[in-house]
Amino acid sequence: MAISSIWVFAQASGDAPTTGTLELLTKARSLGGTVTAFVGGDASAIAGALGEYGASKVYATGDLGGALPGAAVASAMQAVIAGGDRPDLVLFPQNYEGRDVMARLSVKLDRTVVTNNVDIAVEGDAVKVTTPIFGGNTLVTTTFTGEGPFLAAFRPKSFAAESAGGGAAEVVAAPVPDLGATGGAVVTAVHVEETSGPKLDEAEIVVSGGRGLGEADKYSMIESLAKVLKGAPGASRAIVDAGWVPYSYQVGQTGKVVKPKVYIAAGISGATQHMVGMKGSKNIIAINKDKEAPIFGVADLGIVGDVHKVLPKLIEALQARG
Amino acid sequence: MAAMNVIVCVKQIPDPAAPGALGADHTLVRDGKLILDESDSYGVEMALQLVDKAGGGEVSIVSMAPNGEVSGMRTALAMGAVKGVLVSDPALAGSDALTTAKVLGAAVQRLGGADLVLAGTESSDGYTGTVPEQLAEVLGLPSVTFAKSVTVDGGTLKVERQTEAGYDEVTCPLPAVVSVTAGVVEPRYPSFKGIMAAKSKPIEEVTAGDLGVTPVGWAGAGQQITEVAQAAERQAGEIIEDDGEAFGKIVEFLDNLKVI
Repeated sequence: MAISSIWVFAQASGDAPTTGTLELLTKARSLGGTVTAFVGGDASAIAGALGEYGASKVYATGDLGGALPGAAVASAMQAVIAGGDRPDLVLFPQNYEGRDVMARLSVKLDRTVVTNNVDIAVEGDAVKVTTPIFGGNTLVTTTFTGEGPFLAAFRPKSFAAESAGGGAAEVVAAPVPDLGATGGAVVTAVHVEETSGPKLDEAEIVVSGGRGLGEADKYSMIESLAKVLKGAPGASRAIVDAGWVPYSYQVGQTGKVVKPKVYIAAGISGATQHMVGMKGSKNIIAINKDKEAPIFGVADLGIVGDVHKVLPKLIEALQARG
Repeated sequence: MAAMNVIVCVKQIPDPAAPGALGADHTLVRDGKLILDESDSYGVEMALQLVDKAGGGEVSIVSMAPNGEVSGMRTALAMGAVKGVLVSDPALAGSDALTTAKVLGAAVQRLGGADLVLAGTESSDGYTGTVPEQLAEVLGLPSVTFAKSVTVDGGTLKVERQTEAGYDEVTCPLPAVVSVTAGVVEPRYPSFKGIMAAKSKPIEEVTAGDLGVTPVGWAGAGQQITEVAQAAERQAGEIIEDDGEAFGKIVEFLDNLKVI
């Protein structure tokens, strides 16, 4: 069985598909077969871009009316599959909605899931996905067995998004069936935690702080340094869990994956959880008082020192340059 | 509601501080002592607080482990949970997340269900991150994942749910499954009294077969690890001790990259 039909769970940000969606479409079309985008919501604004990146068809549920997408979109997918259009493979982004939809669909179809992947290959009949474990030191290749659809989720930035120059895709309605009890969760208000400056996962320079800062007030040093470098401030899970900064600042396994030109880790020891989110940075600078800290194993420039001494001088020197 | 019964899914994992290793069968080596996954201690704490606020009811726990391990469950019982079901079966080794959700779902039903089922968002060792939502589907319940705050108001959950950009306010009728993020509450330390009491709290041990769940382990996984390789190592660069002037090195480094 070669792969003849691939679905991508497609998401929008405003009037455009998310970068993650375009990455998955790009990869999907390299695997052979037809590519279909499945949208939880209205697809009219994004069908053009989805087509351009390789989707020949777009299923759209229409407005979800505030329902969380997990049960709603998975049920709509199941209905299309029951109607006879059965994909061999469904690709999901590794994020909140992607994981929820994939999990619900997994039970509905009685199929396994493989998450946290960074690559996929189709070799003859075999579909293989690659997952980094132990902080990215070990790569595990998993081959799906049995019957598809195979369900796999991929971390952001696993693939480069490239336009295929395709035209707008045909949009087909895939309404959400009656969800019964499973549809009970409804969004009543949306809160956006605005940060000024570039977005964390798009910034050229990211400056992250960790427990080594000592106390919440000292995070202002990270913000100052990020500002003078026109970068974005980030954080380790430790200080997010401690409530110093919002979750949206978190870099790592359970936060954002960043690959900036320069990543500065200040007072971060380099737990597996964190390394997974920043190891792909082109250049890494680490400042930590413990010279045994794992972060120094990946740093291009490592400063063994006290962040409370190094950062103020660094900020001052950069400000002086204007 | 006057009383509220909450079931928390807890995973017992190898100490994350110790370096992990894969065995010959490519599953995570779990022969050392297993501890309560810190990610799940938040669920236990939240459950205890919700039951307190409801003014009645109890917290129970369910766990799955291949070899009869209960030390992590005892930690949850010491915090204040009253009883547990452990699904233990050598055939569970290598189980995927879907099988895990089916097993936990059957364990929840063995306890007679609950008003609320809580879980962490993902375990600290396998971190597949789909089990809570799969469990909700197995149980036919609504779910709210990635909750950073949970309150109950007259049979309805009010949840602040983490999103990429901030958070959403979500309402959901009970019964429901909720996964909570780390840091949502401050887990209590078990008291000495709690630790002593936990030793005599009941943990019912059952097999997957007792619960009617088959197949399990590698046989039921639908996936197979076919290769394990070392990733290309990132080379460590220059490491210097700060002599008071190390900031200059950083400026020079940034200058060379032409980012300042």
